[in-house]
Amino acid sequence: MNSKTTNNIATGIIYVLVAAVVGILIFLLGYILITGLPHVSWHFLTSAAQSFRAGGGIRDQLFNSLYLLVLTLIISFPIALGSGIYLSEYAPNNWLTGLIRTAIEVLSSLPSVVIGLFGYLLFVIQFRMGFSILAGAIALTFFNLPLLTRSVEESLEDVSDLQREAGLSLGLSHWKTITGIVLPAAVPGILTGIILSAGRVFGEAAALIYTAGQSAPIVNYSNWNPMSTTSFLNPMRPAETLAVHIWKVNTEGVTPDALSISSGTSAVLIIVILLFNLSARLLGNWMYKKMTATK
Amino acid sequence: MQDYSFDKTHIIDIPIEKAMTTENLQVFYGDNHAMHDASLQFSRYRITALIGASGSGKSTYLRCLNRMNDRIATVKGKIMYRDMDINSPKINVYEVRKHISMVFQRPNPFAKSIRENITFALKRNGIKDKTELEERVESSLKAAALWDEVKDELDKSALALSGGQAQRLCIARCVAMKPDILLLDEPASALDPISTAKIEETLQQLRKNYSIIIVTHNMQQASRIADYTAFFHMGHVLEYDRTEKIFTNPQIKATEDYISGNFG
Amino acid sequence: MDEIKQELQSSSRATHQDYFGKALSYLCITFVGLLVLSILYFITTRGLATFTENHVSLWKFLIEKNWNPGVLDSHGQPQIGALPMIVTSFSVTVLSALVATPFALGVALFMTEIAPKRGTKVLQPVIELLVGIPSVVYGFIGLSVIVPLIRHTFGGTGFGILAGVVVLFVMVLPTITSLSIDSIKAVPMYYRSASLALGATRWQTIYKVVLRAATPGIMTAIIFGMARAFGEALAVQMVIGNAVLMPHGLLTPSSTLTSQLTTGIGNTTMGTLPNNALWSLALILLLMSLVFNILVRFIGKRGSLKK
Ligand SMILES: Nc1ncnc2c1ncn2[C@@H]1O[C@H](COP(=O)(O)OP(=O)(O)OP(=O)(O)O)[C@@H](O)[C@H]1O
Ligand SMILES: [Mg+2]
Repeated sequence: MNSKTTNNIATGIIYVLVAAVVGILIFLLGYILITGLPHVSWHFLTSAAQSFRAGGGIRDQLFNSLYLLVLTLIISFPIALGSGIYLSEYAPNNWLTGLIRTAIEVLSSLPSVVIGLFGYLLFVIQFRMGFSILAGAIALTFFNLPLLTRSVEESLEDVSDLQREAGLSLGLSHWKTITGIVLPAAVPGILTGIILSAGRVFGEAAALIYTAGQSAPIVNYSNWNPMSTTSFLNPMRPAETLAVHIWKVNTEGVTPDALSISSGTSAVLIIVILLFNLSARLLGNWMYKKMTATK
Repeated sequence: MQDYSFDKTHIIDIPIEKAMTTENLQVFYGDNHAMHDASLQFSRYRITALIGASGSGKSTYLRCLNRMNDRIATVKGKIMYRDMDINSPKINVYEVRKHISMVFQRPNPFAKSIRENITFALKRNGIKDKTELEERVESSLKAAALWDEVKDELDKSALALSGGQAQRLCIARCVAMKPDILLLDEPASALDPISTAKIEETLQQLRKNYSIIIVTHNMQQASRIADYTAFFHMGHVLEYDRTEKIFTNPQIKATEDYISGNFG
Repeated sequence: MDEIKQELQSSSRATHQDYFGKALSYLCITFVGLLVLSILYFITTRGLATFTENHVSLWKFLIEKNWNPGVLDSHGQPQIGALPMIVTSFSVTVLSALVATPFALGVALFMTEIAPKRGTKVLQPVIELLVGIPSVVYGFIGLSVIVPLIRHTFGGTGFGILAGVVVLFVMVLPTITSLSIDSIKAVPMYYRSASLALGATRWQTIYKVVLRAATPGIMTAIIFGMARAFGEALAVQMVIGNAVLMPHGLLTPSSTLTSQLTTGIGNTTMGTLPNNALWSLALILLLMSLVFNILVRFIGKRGSLKK
């Protein structure tokens, strides 16, 4: 066989492999949307879940997912911001910085179930928080920190050193230069990072089943007092999310319409995550245009 | 490259009032000894040009003068300003930079509006009064010969300015701080001839109120605008004198060769 | 005049701001460091309790095949042999990485060598979407499509290593692909032009020059993919069958470390032997994650030495 033929065969194989991968994605999205969307109705989104009867909705799971996401971002963003600033602006080039970077890498490669178990051990058991939104948000924070920190760090590093020199040469403190000049210039990158991490957090389940728990108690959506046990804002109540819900109805096998509920929930989950990805892209482009062009 | 002696130098003292001086300034980038014993005096309200081949240490020297090398290099020797050695660790560098401000080779406006580019540092330094800020914006833009071009679009992003405009904005930004001394590192090297001419015009205007030290590669530029000129060669200052003297009657062979284009 | 002198010699607001900012960012990074340390510490101490408190032999834990922590065997010893789960975990990990690698390389080569512009435009979103799909959704599709498919084709329950491999293959695909792309892109352009100028075909260039130069990077990509597969819990747990048995093939139900952990932790009480045994499984996961990290570093070092 001459090299020309080999070349053609190899190229052909590559095309087949690429087509297969695209096909897999189309199948996945198609399957989820085609089997799931018919079950997504206003009723499905706004009624409570049922354990032993068919026809349950995902109202509480949807709210829990969003609430957990917001809490997680509130806790993790300031820490990631501070750490990202440290790594990009202050970190000296020595062994300690190397160690810290390694630690962050280790954290990012830990299986999420291990992070969930750590949260369970420390917060649910040791600190007696019980299965709660707060414990879940903390576990998700640990899960989220390495990626968010890295995206903050990278966005800051993308800002040209010329900007830092400009600030410093005007007599601004290093800190003011960072917060007033470098950080605003890095906002598009940081925002994109936040939204992408939000997508990841939104779909995460393994870190949550033993921290936020697997039950969605009935809550009162008109009780705005976070201290009250029946309030939907109470951070100390257990909270099953959409992702955990899919896992649970499938593994427990007591819900008669588990299949349609899972497809519907998967569809909702995927659509929300697609929206996150899309908005990250659009927002990044838009902010970039806005910053470089006329106001 | 021909070896020029570092032993024979010709460096004059400034007879009139001085803006700042350096004494035996040495700079090390790690092991790289990039500047040897530079002792120069800069006169007040005059323009001093620093010339020399690429890599001769002009930027290195200039950046020491307002401590911009702090995090990058080790700087030894004295930098005297108002009878103080501002190279001492006890000195507050942020205050130093308010009095001795720098414009860089590549224009570096902030990703903010033209107005904010000027007011940002002013506000951080405690100037809150609206009319005072407006006044500084206008006067500094006028001083940098940019006012007429941008007065109607002060809220436009500074990133939309042309290179020459952006560089003048950077000069205006420094001027607005009302510093004592302006340091400029090849401010026109990235610009076209028309923008360069405008910047030179600007510097001639500023000379009335500021002491200016400018690094330039452009010999004509140095001879046009500078009162004094220093010639740098491989980390040494070989000659420092009045500009006419340097360009008509250099005392050092290296300077002569460099100016006549026979260098190397 | 003196006023200026005074200013230059004393600290100002800017100096204080700097102390404040530095302190703040140091605080955050210290928190992250301590967090990692405490994860390592807590999981390790809990995971070791099986051996220190319950005096189970580490050796038995690693090579025995019976997992029944609540029950004592004929010698009065608890049955905690983790071998079945270790074997299953490694099987699904290695197999899924093996299956995924050709696809990942195909996509990566397409995006870098064959149709860089068009390929990237179409395939970049494909990769991002594959990453974006949550693992429970993968598990759910595995459960509702792959498991029945296997059952109809090969008989049996459908649950087992094969189902796990199929699901994990798709999940590690984007990881391996995007890291391979990075390493192929890092091969200098002149390598290719030199090879093509010598009359080599595109495939010869790819195979002999590009892939060879990118090998350390591709290995790293595969290890990252394996790390993801090894640590994945729910998607695998939903399709593997969760029977703690030594796998006899790809089609019998079995159990990975992660799946046993997720099913078990809720059913055992803290401090008891069955619970401790589960934490020992978690410790294996943690250690393996560190091993993957070290491997990546090692390959990175070797790869950069060769150049
Ligand atoms: N940040 C740095 N780190 C290490 N060495 C440096 C650094 N900046 C400059 N140098 C070295 O110091 C020497 C002088 O460089 P410098 O930038 O001061 O020259 P210059 O006269 O400004 O040249 P140019 O005309 O090209 O701007 C050079 O040998 C350069 O390699
Ligand atoms: Mg220079």
